[in-house]
Amino acid sequence: MLVFAGLVSLVFAVLLRDEPGEQARLSGLLFGAFVATGFVLGWILLPFPL
Amino acid sequence: MGRKSRDSRRTRVAAEPAPAPAADSGRALVALALAWAIPGGGHLWLGRRQKGVVFLLALPLMFAIGLWLEGALAPFDPSQPLVLLAAFADLGNGVPYLIAAVAGLGQGRVVAATFEYGNTFLIVSGLLNMLVALDAYDVALGRK
Repeated sequence: MLVFAGLVSLVFAVLLRDEPGEQARLSGLLFGAFVATGFVLGWILLPFPL
Repeated sequence: MGRKSRDSRRTRVAAEPAPAPAADSGRALVALALAWAIPGGGHLWLGRRQKGVVFLLALPLMFAIGLWLEGALAPFDPSQPLVLLAAFADLGNGVPYLIAAVAGLGQGRVVAATFEYGNTFLIVSGLLNMLVALDAYDVALGRK
């Protein structure tokens, strides 16, 4: 999940921003959002059977 | 129509970009095709080296991870619409997809614990490369 989130956020950030500093900032923000959303959804879905 | 409205319309018309000449649309199509075939190739061809290098490294890496995790390249099967969509998404990877298909990679192993993770990497790398190709097209037309 971390590798996936890292690569996807990197590609999106480079696609959407032109300056390296802005790219790094957006990439970090997206990465954090992906990982946090994954954990939150994991906890919410925990009681549900497969 | 009031004066303010006419002025705002004139401003909007002036802000609209001029239609691109035919040569530019040909260049944009070349950038689009190159970006699809080689992830990042379109941006490199257009002189956007930093973006091109990042795409050239990240997207094939995602595709390779998908194959390594024993994901499958979805077949073009019209009887299964979702599989067909996945096949089109995989096709977005360009030449790496064609190489993997010709080499017999991407058969997938359904019983592998990582099968669905692999599929996700393969599909998402293809979809991201489609976005990158459209971005290269926009850059070539001068929209970005």
